[in-house]
Formats: sequence, structure tokens, C-alpha cells
Amino acid sequence: MNWQNAIITRIETQSLRVKSFFFRLPEPFLFRPGQHVLLRLTAPDGYRAQRSYSIASAPNAGEELELAIERFDDGEVSPFMHDIAQVDDEIEIGGPVGGHFNWTPEDGGPVLFIGGGSGVAPFMSMLRHRAAIVSRVPVVLVFSARLREDLLFFDELSKLAASGDGFSLMVALTREAGAHPFRAGRIDAEFIAGIVGAMRMRVRQVMICGSHPFVEAAAEGTITAGIDPAIIKTERYGATGLQAEVRDLPA
Amino acid sequence: MITRGFLRRSTDSGQLIRLPPGQHVVADFPVLSAGPTPRIKTGDWSFALKDGVRPVKSWSWAEFNALPQTKMTRDIHCVTTWSKFDTAWEGVLVDDILADAGIEPPTGFTLAHSYDGYTTNVPTADLVVGKAMVATRYEGKPIPPDHGGPARLLVPHLYFWKSAKWINGLQFTKKDELGFWELRGYHRYGDPWREQRYTND
Ligand SMILES: Cc1cc2nc3c(=O)[nH]c(=O)nc-3n(C[C@H](O)[C@H](O)[C@H](O)COP(=O)(O)OP(=O)(O)OC[C@H]3O[C@@H](n4cnc5c(N)ncnc54)[C@H](O)[C@@H]3O)c2cc1C
Repeated sequence: MNWQNAIITRIETQSLRVKSFFFRLPEPFLFRPGQHVLLRLTAPDGYRAQRSYSIASAPNAGEELELAIERFDDGEVSPFMHDIAQVDDEIEIGGPVGGHFNWTPEDGGPVLFIGGGSGVAPFMSMLRHRAAIVSRVPVVLVFSARLREDLLFFDELSKLAASGDGFSLMVALTREAGAHPFRAGRIDAEFIAGIVGAMRMRVRQVMICGSHPFVEAAAEGTITAGIDPAIIKTERYGATGLQAEVRDLPA
Repeated sequence: MITRGFLRRSTDSGQLIRLPPGQHVVADFPVLSAGPTPRIKTGDWSFALKDGVRPVKSWSWAEFNALPQTKMTRDIHCVTTWSKFDTAWEGVLVDDILADAGIEPPTGFTLAHSYDGYTTNVPTADLVVGKAMVATRYEGKPIPPDHGGPARLLVPHLYFWKSAKWINGLQFTKKDELGFWELRGYHRYGDPWREQRYTND
């Protein structure tokens, strides 16, 4: 693994639980949208903690790398980044890694992206790259979050969707009460079938990213909506127990 | 490089001895897979042993479950840095699969195949003499689909991506042919104690 000491140049609050961290890399690298990097923290006694984070910035976006990190209160690395890491701190970054969950407009479309919460990060890299090279490959992003305030990157995504270049955004909020312009509730087979039906051309690729229960539910919905499982790629951010999963999985 | 402000979380020293470098202990059981979870009915399941392209023997679910059953409780280590202690599996040792097929391992390299098209390469020596099994039960119950059920490979001394989920065959190969993740930047062998995570580690 190629490790380097990256410097935090900026920290931006994205949503209730997510902050974006911008890093300057001494040796910027080439990467494909969808790849991730490793953050490695080292304690004075040599103890290390390492976690994976999807790159949210586009390739060729300059020397800065953006990572969108969600805070898990009982976690180790994400609370450190949220509470202790500051601008000008050095953090070790390794990578880029991941040769599967990648997409660029050259791979073709139409594509359907389904992101849950911070799982939207790799799609930001893909969509920013798509916009940067002025591609019109049709893309639909289904973005699911709990509350309106959990929608990271929402302004930027709305702008991209308003540009009329073949990108559209569908938002589902699972816990937002009251009136809002989005779908209320979880994404299910019917919802996906409606989107796929409206896509005129046959979907070439479906990519799903988020927590494991989210990815399971979205993949089940997509398959039930008639999509060939062979064209679905998934990236699972983590964390569910056998016990938890029995509770969380849809029947 | 020491990270400003970062300290070790309290871990008991017994845990530390069992933890390979760069790993941390989890209580739950995270899931990582490249695609959707295949749902395979045991009535449709079969397992094939191949020597190169030549089929050696195949088993239905009932035939496979009639092979000698072995229990194995092991620590498992994921390349994404979590480790889980004392996971209890039950299934058929690769040794017993070979014995039932009446063969000695014909080559030094094996490719495990799965229902979703996933493959992973493991040296044959790492699969035999009680080191690995095709597991059909976890903690006394059938393995849930997202953890690889009906059956997954269990090679607990290597990073856990080598323990292919939804396994449907083992194939002996003349040379070491890289599998799915091994072709996508992950290490060819994957020894957690030597931290062989990525291709050039
Ligand atoms: C390929 C890949 C890419 C990733 N990209 C990102 C990214 O872009 N942004 C991001 O915020 N995270 C991402 N993750 C998750 C990230 O690597 C860490 O797992 C996460 O930050 C938690 O680490 P921690 O040290 O804070 O918590 P840990 O100490 O590892 O765990 C603490 C607690 O948090 C729970 N937990 C951890 N992750 C999740 C989750 N995703 N959903 C629900 N519960 C969870 C655990 O079950 C545990 O209870 C990615 C993971 C992978 C495998």
C-alpha cells in the first residue's frame, strides 16, 4: 500500500452527522470515480486504526481530495475525525483502492445509482466527473436519507439535476414527518420499477451504496422490480450483526 | 507518523495477542459483498470438484450433508480491519471432500467458485490437513444468505474474502490464477499476520 501524510485543508459540515474533509496530498494520485482510500490513525504507543472512505471528489479536481465522513457515536475513527481532527493536521492516507465499484461515463448508461446517507459519496465523484467532462449519459440517482437535514450534497445535486443534461435526482426520506416534496418512506420494488420504467432505455448498470441493511433492502427491491442481479454492483459501508440483520432485513 | 490527539481505545491484553496487526475486535458481524445477495434454495444447490476443466465429482445438498461433519471455532479477520473472535462453524473439511471423491490434490493451486460468479484463489496446501472447510452452519444454525448460505468456504487463517460466500465448487488449477478481488487490487495470498491486504503489501 502506498501511504502518504495528507494535510487537512478544510472541514465542512454537510448534514446532521456528516462532515466533508478536504485533504492536500503531497503526491496526488490518479483514481477512478467510486474508488476509496484508507485513513490510518496512529497512537503514541504504535496502536493503529484504519478505515475505508469513498472518494467524493472528482478525479482531476485539483490536488484536494474530499471525503464525506459520517459520525458514529460509538465508533473509533469517525468521532476522532469529527471531534479532534483540525485543519492543518496531518492524516495518513493510503490508496486509492477498489477495482469493482467504479463508474465513468465511458462505461455507458443509462445507469441507476442508489445511495443511502453517506453512501452517496462515491456517486458524487462519479457525477462530478460526469459533469466535468460534459457527458450526457443518462443517470438517475435515488438518494435515501432519514431526514431532510441528513441530505448531504443536496444543493449541489439539485443544481446538477436542474442543468437538464440527462441527470435526474429522486429523494426518499424515511423518517421525515410533515409535508415535503420528496417520497416519504423507504425505497421499495414499486418505487424502483417506476423509475426504471421511466428511463426509456434499458438500464445498463445499477450501483447501490450505503449501510449493509440499506444495500440489502435496495438490492432486493431492484431485483423484485425485474432488474437482472448480474448488472447490480454493491458497496457496503458496514456494520451489522447477525442478530441485527435478522431485525433489519425486510421479509 | 503519530496522529495528533489519537489514543488507543482500552482493549484488554488478552485480545491484543490474538489480534493480527492493524485489526480491531467487533462484536457484530459486518457484511461486505460486491453484488446483491443470491438466494439459493438447498434443493437447487450443488457442489462440484474439478481438476482443471475435468469434473471429478459433484454433490447435491443431501449428499453433501451426508459427508462427515466437522465443527471449527476460529477467529476471523476481514481486510477492512475488523476481527471477530470465536466464530463457530460446522461443515465438511476439504480433506473429507477429497476423500469422498477418492483423490489426492492433483495440483498446488485451487480456485473457489461461487454462485454469483465470484472466485478466489487459495494454495491447495492452505485448504487441506484440517485447515479449511465448506461450512453449512454458523453458530448452530444454517448460514444466513447474506453471510454466504447455504454454504461458504471457511479458510480462517487468511483474510476473510478468501472464505468465498455462496460457494459451489473447488477447481484445481495448474498455476496460481487470480480470483475476483485478487484481480482488483487485493493480495494474492492474504495472510493477516503479515498484513498482506493489497497487491504489493
Ligand atoms: C469500501 C468502503 C467505503 C466506505 N466509505 C465511507 C464513506 O465515504 N463515508 C463514511 O462515513 N463511511 C464510509 N465507510 C465506513 C467506514 O469505513 C467506517 O466503517 C465508519 O466510519 C465507522 O468507523 P468508526 O471507526 O467510526 O466506527 P467503528 O469503531 O468501526 O464502529 C463503531 C460502531 O459503528 C457502527 N457502524 C460502523 N459503520 C456503520 C455504518 N456504515 N452503518 C451503520 N453502523 C455502522 C458499528 O456497528 C459500531 O457499532 C466505508 C466503508 C467501506 C468498506
